[in-house]
Amino acid sequence: MRIVVPMKSVPDLVEEIEFTADGTGIEREQLKFVLNEWDAQALEEALLLRDSGGVEVVAVGCAVDPEIDQILYTALAKGADAAVRLADARAGSSSGPAGIPVAARAALLAAYLEDQPADLVISGVQAPDDPDGQLPPTLAALLGLPHVSVAVGVEADGDGVTVRQEFAGGLSHELWVGLPAVIGVQSARQAPRYAPISRIRQTMSAGGLGELAVTPREPQGGPVPRRMLQPATTGHAEMLTGSPGDVADQIVELLRSRGLVKGE
Amino acid sequence: MVLAEHTAGQVSEGTHELIGKAAELAAVLGGATEVALLGPRALADQLGDADVVVCVEHPALAEYLPEAYEEALLEVLAQRSPRLLLMSNATVGLDLGSALSVRWEAPLAAYVAALGFDDGALVATSKILGGKVLAEVELPGERAIATVLGGAFSAGAGEGGGGAEILGVAPPAALDALRMSLRRVVEPDAGDVDIAAADMLVSVGRGIETQDNLEIMAELADALGVPLSASRPVVDAGWLPKTRQVGQSGLKVKPRAYLAFGISGAPEHLEGMRGAELIVACNTDPGAPIFGIAHYGTTVDLFDLVPELVDRVHN
Ligand SMILES: Cc1cc2nc3c(=O)[nH]c(=O)nc-3n(C[C@H](O)[C@H](O)[C@H](O)COP(=O)(O)OP(=O)(O)OC[C@H]3O[C@@H](n4cnc5c(N)ncnc54)[C@H](O)[C@@H]3O)c2cc1C
Repeated sequence: MRIVVPMKSVPDLVEEIEFTADGTGIEREQLKFVLNEWDAQALEEALLLRDSGGVEVVAVGCAVDPEIDQILYTALAKGADAAVRLADARAGSSSGPAGIPVAARAALLAAYLEDQPADLVISGVQAPDDPDGQLPPTLAALLGLPHVSVAVGVEADGDGVTVRQEFAGGLSHELWVGLPAVIGVQSARQAPRYAPISRIRQTMSAGGLGELAVTPREPQGGPVPRRMLQPATTGHAEMLTGSPGDVADQIVELLRSRGLVKGE
Repeated sequence: MVLAEHTAGQVSEGTHELIGKAAELAAVLGGATEVALLGPRALADQLGDADVVVCVEHPALAEYLPEAYEEALLEVLAQRSPRLLLMSNATVGLDLGSALSVRWEAPLAAYVAALGFDDGALVATSKILGGKVLAEVELPGERAIATVLGGAFSAGAGEGGGGAEILGVAPPAALDALRMSLRRVVEPDAGDVDIAAADMLVSVGRGIETQDNLEIMAELADALGVPLSASRPVVDAGWLPKTRQVGQSGLKVKPRAYLAFGISGAPEHLEGMRGAELIVACNTDPGAPIFGIAHYGTTVDLFDLVPELVDRVHN
């Protein structure tokens, strides 16, 4: 079974986020980028399937994504069999200030997968910086494949896979899905494995990251950005200040005044 | 048009939130509010807040099944040609929204927290980057899809009524040639403490960093005599059981006090605790979205604050 895992980088949420001069996008130049956390879960689920035997895992990223080489080398260090960086063969194509839209990313991956089909595509259920939808169902629709998102477990089962799909309140459905298929992972059956820096360095010096230029079909138009806003996080909460002890006093007083903590 | 979500014969609260919003937009356009009901027609009784309920019945639609729902909904969309399709930004919407966007050829906005017409243009506001940024986008064209965050709109306006017109749509042939099937429904674990019944919760997020550090949170919860709850990553890491998870895919809680430590306040978390009477948040990032919903906040490091709290509660 050949499993392809599309991966992307997203802005690190710890960073201060600034907008472009025209206000319609995020200033990406200064930002630190990290692997989308749901793609990390997807890779883990793929590697768990690989551990059970007879599976090849290929990590795939888009060349225009910041830090993508680091991400793909890390995937190799964790046990992926191969890693590929996809470039758009059409001249003049670029990511633009907002990064690539979901539709364009899916078109690029579809072109790759039509050429080198996978039995299973496993990717993160969502990316926090995509206001225009999610990759797995978009890709599945382009390829005409069945798909399941918000998966919390994928296991080989005959000529298909068993997928656990999660709903509100912890309810879940166990589905059987025929292959080929596309799965959007919420969380892997276990926490993502760790690759020591030394092993990542080793894979980097060994090279082995292929680049492939593909020609995608023209992606469908999506939403048009108007402006970016900072939500009002200030002004709502009354901020408690002072030393940790002062703040603790104020919190305990809040609880005490509501009868939630006993004592004077 | 709204896609109705239902489990075990019960239409979800989120469905009514979407119908309320759809009715408001339909009034602007001078149109009707329709609901796509896939599965048992009897559930139309619970959809009295719509003008029209479009019903597709088929054995494959008894419970939610992604491929069956997608094919049936596509058929409904082709027949009814709504201006806008609203779905939850939860499992069903995350499953179907983007696929229908391709197949029905309509632009989609995800993580939607606000929606309206501005000079004839349909404009959505998406909460991206875990709620740190609001992206205002225009959905061009004659039709569009929005997946809406739970709690973004209030249900009240739409509930009640009872007189929706019911239209049947024949199930498409694709429902008899599905490439997936439902094996079984797995009920959530029970038996642990019921965090939804607690008066107060001490809730912990990824800011706690390691499982060992969880000890200080447990100490605080014990001192206060309340259960420890958590955000999803803490549960995914296996540090606390799933029964302790607050949020969209965990439990919805409405305690008298919710104390959040090292939780950023992603929309999926807020969905589960926004109804708490008193929310106190501790987060070292002054820009954390949790402060947009908390009543009181502090940017003091949780590792400095929690021992002080334990100390004061003990005395
Ligand atoms: C379909 C779906 C369903 C989901 N359902 C849920 C759900 O039910 N519940 C849920 O919680 N999430 C859910 N999520 C995940 C959600 O999107 C977020 O990823 C998650 O809520 C983030 O958890 P967090 O706030 O603990 O972590 P983070 O977002 O990583 O935040 C950690 C915070 O800790 C702060 N911090 C760090 N160190 C300290 C310190 N020393 N002192 C104080 N603060 C500190 C940081 O500033 C940061 O804000 C769901 C996602 C999807 C896609």
